[in-house]
Amino acid sequence: MKREVYIYPRFERFWHWAQSLLIALLALTGFEVHGSYTLLGYRHAVRVHEWSAWALMALIVFAIFWHFTTGAWKQYIPTRRNLIEQLRYYTHGIFVGAPHPVRKTVRRKMNPLQVWVYLSLKVLFIPLMVGSGLLYMGYRFMYGGQLQGLSFVDLGSVAFLHTLGAYLLLQFVLVHVYMTTTGHTLTANIRSMITGYELLEEDTPAEETSEEGPLRQSIQEELIQR
Amino acid sequence: MKKNIAIVVLLNVLAVVAFHLWWPSGTTPSFSEQKMKELRLAYAKKQDKAVDHSKFEVLQKRFDHPQQVTEACISCHQERHTEVMKSNHWNWEREEYIEGRGVTYLGKKNMLNNFCIGATGNEQACAKCHVGYGYEKEEAFFASSKNVDCLSCHNNHEAYVKTGGWGNPGGQVDLAAVAQTVGKPTKANCGTCHFMSGGGNNVKHGDLETAQLDCSREVDVHMASDGVNMECTACHTAENHNIKGKLYSLSSENTNRATCQDCHTSVAHQDEMLNTHAAKVSCQACHIPEYAKVNATKMTWDWSTAGKLKDGKPFETVDADHNHDYMSIKGSFTWAKNVKPEYVWFNGTADHYMFGDQVDTLSPIQVNRLHGSFTDGQIIPVKVHRAKQPYDPVHKLLIQPYVYSPEKGHGAYWTDFDWKQASQKGQQQLGLPFSGQVAFARTEMYWPINHMVSPKDQAVGCAECHTRQDGRLASLPGFYMPGRDTTAGLDLFGQWLLLLSAAGVGGHAFLRWFTRGRRHTSHHA
Repeated sequence: MKREVYIYPRFERFWHWAQSLLIALLALTGFEVHGSYTLLGYRHAVRVHEWSAWALMALIVFAIFWHFTTGAWKQYIPTRRNLIEQLRYYTHGIFVGAPHPVRKTVRRKMNPLQVWVYLSLKVLFIPLMVGSGLLYMGYRFMYGGQLQGLSFVDLGSVAFLHTLGAYLLLQFVLVHVYMTTTGHTLTANIRSMITGYELLEEDTPAEETSEEGPLRQSIQEELIQR
Repeated sequence: MKKNIAIVVLLNVLAVVAFHLWWPSGTTPSFSEQKMKELRLAYAKKQDKAVDHSKFEVLQKRFDHPQQVTEACISCHQERHTEVMKSNHWNWEREEYIEGRGVTYLGKKNMLNNFCIGATGNEQACAKCHVGYGYEKEEAFFASSKNVDCLSCHNNHEAYVKTGGWGNPGGQVDLAAVAQTVGKPTKANCGTCHFMSGGGNNVKHGDLETAQLDCSREVDVHMASDGVNMECTACHTAENHNIKGKLYSLSSENTNRATCQDCHTSVAHQDEMLNTHAAKVSCQACHIPEYAKVNATKMTWDWSTAGKLKDGKPFETVDADHNHDYMSIKGSFTWAKNVKPEYVWFNGTADHYMFGDQVDTLSPIQVNRLHGSFTDGQIIPVKVHRAKQPYDPVHKLLIQPYVYSPEKGHGAYWTDFDWKQASQKGQQQLGLPFSGQVAFARTEMYWPINHMVSPKDQAVGCAECHTRQDGRLASLPGFYMPGRDTTAGLDLFGQWLLLLSAAGVGGHAFLRWFTRGRRHTSHHA
């Protein structure tokens, strides 16, 4: 039995789309700063890049707060369970019409592969970009009318890490966008990230307790109530 | 409710970002604009002369010798001549400490350049740019305070010219009339030598020329007659005739410099990004996008082609701008106008080729070497004058040829056109050996560009340096510059990563489309 379930709360959707907009801006201007092409003009590219970076960092602060206060962080606890099955599905099952190996539920919105990818994004690649980006911006700064510098920072290495991260992030975006088309229709996943609702198999209470335990009960209830 | 608050806060953050990005800046005068306004007001005021020297009896008489004028000056301005006699304008040298040489007395007396090569032996003509009279008897000349030429810098009279030879004024000059006009040095005073160095307008410097006597702000914001119209002495201030500022064509030490920061402070921009650039980029690098904006400057000089004669006689040819491009006595030249500077690292110290310095490397010889690197220097704009000039390949010495003689047969190059004789004589005068062989070495001379500052909206834009190809700093070594540099292989890796991912995604999509009939819709319905 399937029904429309409210799966992505408002902040999560806002966070997702704001982040994607900012990352798009950052990529667009970042590669201009890197010298790959000319688009806005160097000065504007640098400005837009810096401001979108600050905006993204503000957004990240809010997102971290949200993840911890709502318990949504628990969605990102990695597991090896079904990981191989999920990989097998994308490389084989999807072509022969096999069923998704993992059922999407409100309490487990991501399949194990997604969990690994998004988790590494959160704890590896975004911190790499933010860290190297902050060093990039701040290795020289004005303080008290005097120019100060971080002498231990070699801009070449910082720029290397930042650019490498950017390419990896771009690759993520490319694959991520493609993967959204693997829902039950081509646009179903995108639609649900906009509206918050997705057509899911109804959870049965029995499954909840057996699969997830009582730990997330309260959050789930809050989410389901909406 | 809480979520609504979070969203409102976030929207505000984004609004602030948007505001900073797109709000027109400068609707209210910023601190730096206010500062510029004050500077403009301060320097635009023209000072009246404190006294009228034509009223003084001591100057209302006939002067037969220029030395008598100097005596008259000293009779009131007591001991000022001693200050002049300590200056490089008088001594033609400076006492400076040079790494590797120690304390050195450096000047036109013991250095050569890659234009006319050297003053030694040519003082009769060269001394017209000297603040003294009677250079022919060198010892006696430097001993006598009466030989100080006060008028050369302080006359405000157009008729004063030092064409009498050995630094003396021409015979037709009415010394009393000139002496009565004296006052603070003007652009015209300084320009007589500094605009005309190298024997013609703008030949050497490239950023100092007669056009600056009356120019627009586009040519020189400081000296513009439709702008602040500053005199040279506004920046090149002097205390006890020790004048601030010097050029590294001759100087070596990082002392007594006239800098932009003297007036504009080291935090001159509203934009922090620009202020942080100042750590490694000189003001001049961005604010003087090009030099020789009105008249061309000499860029190359090839002595090796000198000596061609037509019907046994020397000749000259000129280029489209009527500048000499060939002279039998000097060789071939090229000139250029509106030149983009080259850029080098500079830490404020320099070394120079001195008579007798042996040089092995001919790739090429730097007549003056500006020191500095990313670690200790700043990026400055320079004019590089390139030349081919006589060189003794056996002794590894640059040659200072004997060039000028009033008549033939004395071995002077300009009359006899014989390199060997001219070199023999020239080196002998300096007490240097000569092997009998003359080769031509490639040399470079570096002229830091400090004048002809453009209006701020014409400053060099970001992308003129921050660009992958052909930027202004394309060949400047020692640092990573965003936009210009990348790590080897990184972009190739990134592009392949994206390309392969796109191919993978495309292939996956194609397979899904190809196998669409096999799906069991029941799993998805």
